[in-house]
Amino acid sequence: MSDQNVPARPIKVLIAKPGLDGHDRGAKVLARGLRDEGFEVIYTGLRQTPEMIVSAALQEDVDVVGLSILSGAHMTLLPRVTAMLHDQGMDDVLVTAGGIIPDDDIPALEAAGVARVFGPGTTIREVAHFIRENIHSRAA
Amino acid sequence: MSAELVEHARAGDRRALARLLTEIENRTAAGEAALRVLYPLAGQAHLVGVTGAPGSGKSTLVAALVGQARASSRAVAVLAIDPSSPITGGAILGDRVRMQVHAGDRDVFIRSMASRGHAGGLAASTVAAAAALDACGFPLIFIETVGTGQSEVEIAAIADTTVVVQSPEMGDEVQAIKAGLLEVADIVVVNKSDRPGADRAAAQLRAMLTVGAQHDRAAGDRPRPKRPLVMLTSALTGAGVAELLATLDRREAARRSAPGGDPDGAALKRAEAQLAGILAQRMAERLRTPERAAQRDAALRALAGHETDPFAAADRLLALLSEPAGG
Repeated sequence: MSDQNVPARPIKVLIAKPGLDGHDRGAKVLARGLRDEGFEVIYTGLRQTPEMIVSAALQEDVDVVGLSILSGAHMTLLPRVTAMLHDQGMDDVLVTAGGIIPDDDIPALEAAGVARVFGPGTTIREVAHFIRENIHSRAA
Repeated sequence: MSAELVEHARAGDRRALARLLTEIENRTAAGEAALRVLYPLAGQAHLVGVTGAPGSGKSTLVAALVGQARASSRAVAVLAIDPSSPITGGAILGDRVRMQVHAGDRDVFIRSMASRGHAGGLAASTVAAAAALDACGFPLIFIETVGTGQSEVEIAAIADTTVVVQSPEMGDEVQAIKAGLLEVADIVVVNKSDRPGADRAAAQLRAMLTVGAQHDRAAGDRPRPKRPLVMLTSALTGAGVAELLATLDRREAARRSAPGGDPDGAALKRAEAQLAGILAQRMAERLRTPERAAQRDAALRALAGHETDPFAAADRLLALLSEPAGG
């Protein structure tokens, strides 16, 4: 069934807001923008624990988890998400982050398994391009 | 790979189940192989379709019903369908927002599905996904359709029980006697009963949906619309949710204990819908060989230019299919 006329599976992205942070305009704009890029975007709403995010990512079998965080708790919450994904054997899921994250924190987050931190001013096109270039291809 | 996935999914490995659903959703060879094993093992679950207009509270009501079912320790699965963009193929799958209270409960499995161009309020693989969840031990499966208009009634062909959710501001009595969605309901739920007007809306629905009952009785074997129950719920406060689940359970128990086990033909209708979908898929696949695709394109162009009629074009393609492949 690898017929070239069969459209490829749309990329599935989970957009999640970990922690206590009440602003999801950015996450919604990104969700909408990725929709327009042809992605299937699952949005889980505000105030998600790492457990909730990983459980949703697992059940939905997503290719990408995009974490939007503005609260300043990124050094605690983001590594917990990546560690829990690892525990579930989900190392093939691409994890990206966005929001207000100081440059100084980025190397530690990358070391913890966040593939890319997108800062303010990033365009949707850049995010979509990064995802397309970096999602892990799966054995069918 | 598919045999291993099936084995793990049936043993309770949720990651394997999720992967299996992906294969099924993408209609891969692995997904098909898995379904061949799973289908004979399914048929145990109660498939409850939940449909209704956008914003009527379907997701919130399903989340409340899931909570109620978990109170009696039952495993529950949810398939939540949202529309795909006809332009880009992208989708926002947002039903989980209302259901995240159940995240982390391993006996609740929620899966979003994009409609991927399938009309009728479902995705093409929804029935197959439900069969997989059924075979993996979920006795209660809610299928939430896209927010529907007046006539997306496909859910009634695939669910055992169809719940149509209305909000109190649904319109006047004429809305209730229009053909379409309300006709296929087994249960009409007026949700948001905490809002003013809910009792009145329910009373109007009851009155209008029973109009013609006498006429039906006199009409013998004429196909007749269902006479749905009308119930009130507030997914927000929880009012009426326990009663709704109890009604669903009673209905299922009655269906199971009826002679033949399928008194309203739900299983037969589902089988028919599945078979029709697979036949259409197989036919489309067989028209994709390079030579046949060229003939199909030629037929399309001839049709677009009004050089032929659509029936002749379809007959020509069908004749093509009965020739040996590659010929």
